[in-house]
Amino acid sequence: MSGTDHQGNGIPHLPSERLLIKGGRVVNDDLSQYADVYVEDGLIKQVGDNLEVPDDVRVLEVNGGLVIPGGIDVNTCLMKPHLGCPPVDDFYLGSRAALAGGTTMIIDHVTPQLGDSLLEAFERWQESADRKCCCDYSLHVDLPHWHQGVKDELEVLVQEKGINSFQVYMSYKDSFQMTDSQLYEVFSFLKELGAVVMLHAENGDLIAQEQSKVLSMGITGPEGHSLSHPEELEAEAVFRAITIGNRVNCPVYITKVMSKTAADTITQARRRGSVVFGEPITASLATDGSHYWSKNWAKAAAYVTSPPLSPDPTTPEHLHNLLACGDLQVVGSAHCAYSTSQKAIGKDDFTLIPEGTNGIEERMGFVWDKAVAVGKMDENQFVAVTSTNAAKIFNLYPRKGRIAVGSDADIVIWDPDRTKTITSKLQQSAVEYNIFEGLAYRGGPVVVVTQGRVVYEEGEGLRVQQGSGRFIPRQAFPDYVYQRIRTRNKVKGKQGVSRGMYDGPVYDVLATPQYITPSPSAKTSPTSHQPPPIRNLHQSNFSLSGAQFDDNIPRRSGQRIVAPPGGRSNITSLG
Amino acid sequence: MSGHSYQGKKNIPKITSDRLLVKGGRIVNDDQSFYADIYMEDGVIKQIGDNLIVPGGIKTIEANGKMVIPGGIDNHTHFQMPYRGTTTVDDFSQGTKAALAGGTTMIVDHVIPEPGSSLIEAFEQWRSWADEKTCCDYSLHVDITHWSDSVKQEVDTLLKEKGVNSFQVYMAYKDFYQMSNSELYEIFTFLGEMGGIVQVHAENGEIIAEEQARMLEMGITGPEGHVLSRPEELEAEAVFRAITIASQTNCPLYVTRVMSKSAADIISQARKKGNVVFGEPITASLGTDGTHYWSKNWAKAASFVTSPPLSPDPTTPDYLNTLLASGDLNVTGSAHCTFSVAQKAIGKDDFTQIPEGVNGVEERMSLIWEKAVTTGKMDENMFVAVTSTNAAKILNLYPRKGRIAVGSDADLVIWDSDAVRTITAKTHNSAAEYNVFEGMELRGAPSVVICQGKLVLEDGNLHATSGVGRFIPCTPFPDFAYKRIKARKQLAVLRAVPRGMYDGPVSDFSPMSRGGTPSASARTSPTKQPVRNLHHSGFSLAGPPTTEDVPIRPAGRRIVIPPGGRSNITSLS
Repeated sequence: MSGTDHQGNGIPHLPSERLLIKGGRVVNDDLSQYADVYVEDGLIKQVGDNLEVPDDVRVLEVNGGLVIPGGIDVNTCLMKPHLGCPPVDDFYLGSRAALAGGTTMIIDHVTPQLGDSLLEAFERWQESADRKCCCDYSLHVDLPHWHQGVKDELEVLVQEKGINSFQVYMSYKDSFQMTDSQLYEVFSFLKELGAVVMLHAENGDLIAQEQSKVLSMGITGPEGHSLSHPEELEAEAVFRAITIGNRVNCPVYITKVMSKTAADTITQARRRGSVVFGEPITASLATDGSHYWSKNWAKAAAYVTSPPLSPDPTTPEHLHNLLACGDLQVVGSAHCAYSTSQKAIGKDDFTLIPEGTNGIEERMGFVWDKAVAVGKMDENQFVAVTSTNAAKIFNLYPRKGRIAVGSDADIVIWDPDRTKTITSKLQQSAVEYNIFEGLAYRGGPVVVVTQGRVVYEEGEGLRVQQGSGRFIPRQAFPDYVYQRIRTRNKVKGKQGVSRGMYDGPVYDVLATPQYITPSPSAKTSPTSHQPPPIRNLHQSNFSLSGAQFDDNIPRRSGQRIVAPPGGRSNITSLG
Repeated sequence: MSGHSYQGKKNIPKITSDRLLVKGGRIVNDDQSFYADIYMEDGVIKQIGDNLIVPGGIKTIEANGKMVIPGGIDNHTHFQMPYRGTTTVDDFSQGTKAALAGGTTMIVDHVIPEPGSSLIEAFEQWRSWADEKTCCDYSLHVDITHWSDSVKQEVDTLLKEKGVNSFQVYMAYKDFYQMSNSELYEIFTFLGEMGGIVQVHAENGEIIAEEQARMLEMGITGPEGHVLSRPEELEAEAVFRAITIASQTNCPLYVTRVMSKSAADIISQARKKGNVVFGEPITASLGTDGTHYWSKNWAKAASFVTSPPLSPDPTTPDYLNTLLASGDLNVTGSAHCTFSVAQKAIGKDDFTQIPEGVNGVEERMSLIWEKAVTTGKMDENMFVAVTSTNAAKILNLYPRKGRIAVGSDADLVIWDSDAVRTITAKTHNSAAEYNVFEGMELRGAPSVVICQGKLVLEDGNLHATSGVGRFIPCTPFPDFAYKRIKARKQLAVLRAVPRGMYDGPVSDFSPMSRGGTPSASARTSPTKQPVRNLHHSGFSLAGPPTTEDVPIRPAGRRIVIPPGGRSNITSLS
């Protein structure tokens, strides 16, 4: 990967400071080194000792502090409406919160509703983000439905709009949910385009059944959400998604890994060689689902998200272990903040509670506290899971996710010893309930630099400019994901056996076939309809075998058979 | 389990039978082996022990220290199965003769109703075919090929009145037999309550349909296309899903035809996690592999076509035998379903049209003896368990079947562990032209077979009589599967959290339903309407308001505040 060839050079830069970060330890995912970093025009211009820089630069003395690439939060929903209500954190509030936590880029989910045009939805999102977002951003597009029109839109999005990741749902029955056949088609199509397939993995059919069962038992509170979304159903869908991914030879990215069993399923698949990535989120890494049983309805409802937090309190530890060893790769926040009054739409029916938790601001802090500070993970792996891996998977590397000459100047000076107690009174988000309320974590940003400008300094707070965030387009076929896929495509060609035509007796059957030949789903595009079987060029009537030793043995079938003119040939001789 | 109360015995006509004494044999049950003589009368074992007092002049068989084992139970056959206007070449007479020749004294056949037709009519049809022809006792599984309220009624009748306790559902055969996840959930829930066993044909039919289309597009039309379009991953995926649904619905699960290592592994893992799941490898998966699909001889390749297919991994049989020995897989069937070459040739130009099925009813017991017992994987007691006893327990026929004990049916086999025979289509008892085990040399064979107290195999001569086989009714709630399920049912009661009503502000929202509203499938029963939560009350549990000074965070949204303002129940803290 070249270090200078960045996408989207046409995007205007804001006038930015010239900055020298002196005396810090630069931590990338592969190594840590003491070096100064010089930043100009929003780019990192020099990294090293005794840099020659102009005189009028602003110098930040770090005194041995950690200098890390700014975090990339790959999963935010800052505009995802629930029954028409947008979340309380929009691109402005959300990106402020991100920056305050050391995250300098977000990738938001465009969530068109059933029947909406993907392109229009994408443009709505982009327009809103361009107006409001304070840090660089990119967008994933979720597929609410599947038909030919969607395919055309996807091509435009990938080839012209700079989108290379799309989410599909295995849950939300009768709404976003895709059947296995549709998933197979989506996977096949997106693989050809070189996109990353992201999955919301839960078995929607069974959830619908469980929901009606739980409601019929008179359970209507938020605990019903957890009871009707058992983690087994998450693991089942993850397993199925990986199976389909393997069949199509398509990379699979699981968003929101919430439970131990789902994470273990990913781990096992990776052991067997599947190209699969897992994304735990702030909530699953820092808290658990026991709160669904809180006596305070509003508090319990604040935790409602799908897949739900696991009631097993050992889940966060387990997920951190897997992040540390590389079995899970990326940390998102799935930040989707609804106010209590919005959550209260579901006060009499947990299935109507808007789903989403906060976590955009707390994301990096919790990973540091629960993984690095306790010795599970080193600082380099910390950088990998909070920033670099995301940049690699979504094809932003090394522009983002690395401190190197030529990379964007998204830099965080990280204080490993700073302690912060979370409370909704001191947060950036507008949400009333912070699900991490009262929890404390070590580690946090002292200075945050994005696009070469200092936007956060401890003690002075945020100095952001609404709308300064740029849309970062992403190209298809990220190497980190597709290199292996390409090779497998080449070596995994399948071939038929070249054998002579069977010309023995054939049973007469009824005209109506009982075993129906595969018919693609009704929503399928006409292109994937099966053409009439092509004549096998390997076949010929030329007989390869001579007379067989048991040609004289009589057949024992005694059934009504239709013998072809000329009788049986030796090609199908019994023996 | 009591040794004397048998289910449904009254319904069965007694058969006048020879009196027989088996002398000097070593009785092998699934729990122990011991030397004793066995005296049988009227088709039932009357005495076991040394120096038995028996009537004079009865026929005595000298076992000479050989093993005497309970006759095998083949829990999966398809004899005389209709297929597109033809039937499989082994009818109930031919098939059960082959079974007896191999030491199997009871078979359980699958009733396969056409989708849309009556289950009970199909069941009666199968019974009439079987009653007319079988040479040994039999029971029936009924396959649920479609699902509706009337099918539910029929299943209920079959369970309660007809003596069927196991029902197979299909996760494959898209647009035909295949059930959706919601339907599976409903069936599992229903059978879990009624005490039935859910058998599942586990393969992901949707992906198979896609893969089949892809193979045909690539010009692959021969039998190798069958295995290429049904990779073992799809079997494992479906097994995993079936186990998930069974676990959600607290229903025991029986996976028919475990054909691959990965599917077997999923079952082992689930058992380690506590799921009530049983796996049934078949003779073919225990004895041969899927490399033959690439045979240059079309007819030979086609004879191996069955679903799920045999795995091309040649280490599969050993692996499955190991899991059988360790108890991770429990029951063996044969899935005997034989078609002639001419029938298989229906699919000569398109592998998706090849009728599916392999032989194995005759070879089943010898093959397991050869692959598992002679290699030291398994002892003779486990051999009895996997070939007979476990099946009897799951069918709720134990200890009438599957055990040599006083009061049990006189179905037993004198097993010669040293006999060697070579399998070939030329000498086998099936009518099929190809034998998928052709050329295999197997040690271990029955030297004497006694069925219903009658000598049917002696000195290599088979004296089977068509039509003597009785239908053995199976009753619901077999202890082997349901004891645990019942205990779990008592524990798995979900409770709501008693909390006050939320009476804070509620956002205005557009009534248009989006996102996760649960709309149960159209076929759902109407009983699942949300019920008023009886735990709810207006009574406030919290103390006096303490949070009036906490400002509401800047929501800035249009909200609907109820009259009287916010209450303390939902206070922010």
